[in-house]
Amino acid sequence: MLTLLFDGIAYGMLLFVLAVGLAVTLGLMNFVNLAHGAFAMAGGYVTVLLMDRAGVPFLATLPLAFLLPALVGAVAERLLYRPMYKRPHLDHVLFSIGLVFMTVAAVDWLVGSQQQIVKLPLWLQGRFEIASVGIGKYRLFIIVVCLLLTLMLQWVLGRTRFGSRLRAAVDDPRVAAGLGINVNQVFSITFAVGSGLAGLGGALGAEVLGLDPSFPLKFMIYFLIVVSVGGTTTITGPLLAALLLGIADVMGKYYVPQLGAFVVYLLMVIILFWRPQGLFGRGATR
Amino acid sequence: MSAAQSIAADRRWRPWELVLVAALVISWFAAGNEHSLLGNEIAIFALFALSLDLILGYAGIISLGHAAFFGVGAYTAALFAKHVMPDPLVGLVVATAAAALLGALSSVLVMRGSDLARLMITLGVAAILYELANKLDFTGGADGLQGVSMGSLLGRFEFDLYGRTAFAYSLVLLVICLLIARRIVASPFGWSLRAIRDNRLRAAAIGLNVDLRLGAVYTLAAAMAGTAGALLAQTTGFASLDVLDFHRSADVMLMLIIGGTGWLWGGVLGAVGFKLMHSVLSAWTPQYWTFWLGLFLVVLVMVGRDRFFKPWTWFRKS
Repeated sequence: MLTLLFDGIAYGMLLFVLAVGLAVTLGLMNFVNLAHGAFAMAGGYVTVLLMDRAGVPFLATLPLAFLLPALVGAVAERLLYRPMYKRPHLDHVLFSIGLVFMTVAAVDWLVGSQQQIVKLPLWLQGRFEIASVGIGKYRLFIIVVCLLLTLMLQWVLGRTRFGSRLRAAVDDPRVAAGLGINVNQVFSITFAVGSGLAGLGGALGAEVLGLDPSFPLKFMIYFLIVVSVGGTTTITGPLLAALLLGIADVMGKYYVPQLGAFVVYLLMVIILFWRPQGLFGRGATR
Repeated sequence: MSAAQSIAADRRWRPWELVLVAALVISWFAAGNEHSLLGNEIAIFALFALSLDLILGYAGIISLGHAAFFGVGAYTAALFAKHVMPDPLVGLVVATAAAALLGALSSVLVMRGSDLARLMITLGVAAILYELANKLDFTGGADGLQGVSMGSLLGRFEFDLYGRTAFAYSLVLLVICLLIARRIVASPFGWSLRAIRDNRLRAAAIGLNVDLRLGAVYTLAAAMAGTAGALLAQTTGFASLDVLDFHRSADVMLMLIIGGTGWLWGGVLGAVGFKLMHSVLSAWTPQYWTFWLGLFLVVLVMVGRDRFFKPWTWFRKS
């Protein structure tokens, strides 16, 4: 029972790191980005390929799994996404679905469609028990890393100058721009960091979630659930939503495996019907 | 021109519309034995895209889960033929009714909230149905429903191997639904939908019952999607999980975008265009054709649909 809870928390933390970039994209630019999972997949493949082909140790690949997607994100934002912001939501959806199709096929062509396997270093394998609660070492590692990332994000958002600029831009981009904040630049940086975090999440999650070219499609709905249920105005909202989703998913799959992901979707529909702006969002959805 | 006159003007048949209807009829004769199966598929997808156009193009509801109704129609038709009676027309009515019922129930869910919430709810409804069809016993799970044998149409026309009957059947229903949809969008009700799409707050302020109207059109669109699904199940004698899959919803949206939203022929032209593109691309590169599909979408959206199909505006400043 507690072991399941633990696994659920690990899963939830992972989902949070994967989806937090999406929350910012949506909250800041009101852009529905279905292609967010593509960046996560990029990070996963960076790790897998570096370990497999170049023999780089697991830990050393993680910074690269952050940096490369962040770089790609920055370039893509500047070249592809920026002209899209002012368009209607329908265009966002079509554009990002198109990107997803392209990345799925491209990765299939480059690497092949088989499931990729991450060979974890020995010290992360296996599990130990504390008070008869089985704890997977790798799960613990995920929780620690994600917790650190979350604290860091919270600190950046709450305590730094950049964070207050970002919050101002999320609340009202026009007024923020009027106060001399370079909203576009703030957004570029945030988009890049968000993509990087997704990449890191993808790298960490390759072992837990599985990694194959259809990754962006498979987990698209999960990322969107985290963001839409959590609301886009805070960082705690998506975090709680991600934990809820992770725990519900793990528990659901264990206790009622015949229902599969049914429970998760049903919960999401009910929550969104009850509170369309998300569980923790303030009313200001534009 | 008064409002009544302008509505009447919109209802009048234009020559090119008659030409397009005639083209649909001619396509049956032109298809012959070789292309009837393909034609049947296109007609079904055209109907499906038409139903999406009603809610997306006219009422402005972005749905990523329209396959839910398509799938319910398909499964209902297949189950009905298997367990109750094999008559196709009765099955079609039952399947349409089932999809309409689901549409009416889920329309409550899409009436409120932002675009994102609606997107997620429609996606979620389709995902729930997919999981149900996957796990329930009587739907056959991942294997799909096999061994559905259909009776003959009106007791006279058997479904043949080449799909001649199937194509005619789907075409007739497509034309009927086109006429119904045409009547509806040219009615005051249809205009009120466009008012809601363009500015919901103002539409409410002039006394339109926004929720009721959105619910009505959503139910109608669901019913048509259900018809399309039923046609697919009946003419192929098969219903599988594939009919509820996410890519169905994405494909139908793509068809509609190719053909153009907000006019009734968009779905028909889009279905033809999409199918042509599909067969050309997948003949050229069978495994990776989705890449080119994605590229097409990205370019289409970036350039803008209007400009994309009018090459003479490419080098003009917008």
